[in-house]
Amino acid sequence: MSYVGVLIFILVVTASLEVLFRTRVYRRWRRLLIAIVPCVAVFALWDAYAIAQGHWTFDVDRILGVYVFGSVPLDELLFFLTIPIASVLTLEAVRSARGWTVGDEAGDAAPVSGRGDDL
Amino acid sequence: MTYTQLAIAGVLFAALIDLLVLRTNLLRRRVFWASYAIIVPFQLLTNGVFTGLRIVRYDGAAIVGSSTPIDSPPPFFGDGRIAYAPVEDLMFGFALVLLSLSLWVWAGRRGIDREPRSGPPVGAMASLLRTPPDGRETTSR
Repeated sequence: MSYVGVLIFILVVTASLEVLFRTRVYRRWRRLLIAIVPCVAVFALWDAYAIAQGHWTFDVDRILGVYVFGSVPLDELLFFLTIPIASVLTLEAVRSARGWTVGDEAGDAAPVSGRGDDL
Repeated sequence: MTYTQLAIAGVLFAALIDLLVLRTNLLRRRVFWASYAIIVPFQLLTNGVFTGLRIVRYDGAAIVGSSTPIDSPPPFFGDGRIAYAPVEDLMFGFALVLLSLSLWVWAGRRGIDREPRSGPPVGAMASLLRTPPDGRETTSR
């Protein structure tokens, strides 16, 4: 199993939510990009620091062998892209199933009290 | 800084974004914790594969537990590890999940791709999920 193999597995499994729960996340790609890009930036910085400090290392036989910012494996960047996609798909699937308030509802972002949607 | 310190800082940073900067307040919402409860087992599985197969190896100086051994998997549980992965990975993952969801909700609140909304689930899925006590779900079918 390679690093990217794990990521492809996650993307394939979570893509089923698009069908089963009609999450409609991929067609909202602009919004998805806004969620992803800052995550990739922040976590790539963290990664670069951690690699420089020797916090973790990678098995070179199971990563792509392409590096960004000198030291960060491309696989890691793809991880910081895959996890937000999987997370958003999960959130939208839960919303689809339960109808709970998420906070992006049109007109009013304030919590709806008395419905048990908020803790 | 160690991975332990950075992982704690990462969680606090994501919480700060959610509660004070973007004010998406996901940490106070049922939908977030239900989603995270679904994500956690998969997160443990993913971290476990990366760490158990030693695709990623950790330095004991940076984490609560010991270094990943050269020629064998780390402990499955104990010595600062859960499902092979350092406990720090759980915090790292939590910060990534919370930050991405906070940004997603924030963008939607600003009207960027708020539509099309998600749901309802397809018929087969919907019949697996029973209608909650207040019956809200029934209106969509």
